[in-house]
Amino acid sequence: MTAQMLIIFFSAIFTDNILLARFLGMCSFLAVSRQIKTAVGLGAAVTFVLACTSVLNWFVYHRLLVPFGLEYLRFIAFIIVIAAFVQFVEIVIERFSPVLYYALGIFLPLITVNCAILGVSLFMIIREMGAVMSFFYGAGSGVGWALAIIAMAGIREKMQKARIPKGLEGPGITLIIAGIMALAFLGLAGALTPPQ
Amino acid sequence: MPDMMKKIALSRSWQVFKTGVWNENPIFRQILGICSTLAITNLMVNTVVMSAGLIFVLACSNVTVSLLRNYTPRRIRMIVQTLIIAAYVIVVKILLDAYLPDVSEALGAYVGLIITNCIIMGRAEGFASSNPPWPSLVDGVACGIGYSIILIAITIPRELMGQGTLFHVQLLGEWWRPWTIMVMPPGAFFALALAVWIARRHAEPPAAEQQTGGPPQ
Repeated sequence: MTAQMLIIFFSAIFTDNILLARFLGMCSFLAVSRQIKTAVGLGAAVTFVLACTSVLNWFVYHRLLVPFGLEYLRFIAFIIVIAAFVQFVEIVIERFSPVLYYALGIFLPLITVNCAILGVSLFMIIREMGAVMSFFYGAGSGVGWALAIIAMAGIREKMQKARIPKGLEGPGITLIIAGIMALAFLGLAGALTPPQ
Repeated sequence: MPDMMKKIALSRSWQVFKTGVWNENPIFRQILGICSTLAITNLMVNTVVMSAGLIFVLACSNVTVSLLRNYTPRRIRMIVQTLIIAAYVIVVKILLDAYLPDVSEALGAYVGLIITNCIIMGRAEGFASSNPPWPSLVDGVACGIGYSIILIAITIPRELMGQGTLFHVQLLGEWWRPWTIMVMPPGAFFALALAVWIARRHAEPPAAEQQTGGPPQ
């Protein structure tokens, strides 16, 4: 059981990276990957929200929507849960830890529209995971996303001194680097097989 | 006849249409909304179905947001827009399940992810919430078409080089050894990067080209 959870966790980070293998959360990845500091902040916020919302959405889906036969409403239900949770976290952090609020605060509203959050909830339903498993899947996906954006920010900080062909500046070169990173992560494919 | 053409070219709808398809093309100009769609660009069939769904959602949500623009309190407009979009995505999902179950299964979670596509929110917030329904409809369709053109441009080399087929029809002969990398995730990144590069080299540099580095919305 424990081994299974660990496999889910690590395969979500490396072999099935939510960003590099599933292309989710690309918008904020391209826009907020200029400095390591902000990348770490956003990565931490995404990991926290992902781990919590995947479990919350599991309960909403299996305990609320399935018993009433309302599965088709899951898109709306998940979006509301995510938006409400992010809002709630923002209020709590602002109340109890102003320091953390200033560090993470600006990223929280961005997270509601981050496709990775909704994507993890939808994948969790499609792959028929249990509640505990979806927690590990959510947490692992968050760590994987954070890893990718922090690595990208590090490369982009170094790249400021590099000479890049005109049309490739900005998003173009970022996409090429993401492609090379995806290649590297592809090398880990097969090292871990998530249980079905 | 030239007068007629001139009239069309000067009309507001045409301007809105042209702006949406090219001048403000969401992918090249703003690099928005590639998140949920890049994943399905390895097969033409999937891309075309996804594009059709996206154009439908974009057009309908733009019109709805525009019709409700005077009745939506400003403070809650974002959540109202999200719910409108989600409702249309559910319509698309149900239609796909009913008529194209195979494609629907292949697209999987990515149909639902149209909701978080930044382009739809961006158009609802940036255009439809301050314009009447008719220009909003034109804007939605135009942005959707502009978006689809890019997706198809990325898909053609990916499917052709990755499998030697287009729409599952074998086009390249036995001599072609498929490049598996093209249908895998890195291929999508490289194909999009090349497309952006080509488009930026050939387009006149717009004034607001410099990225501000701010949040996407």
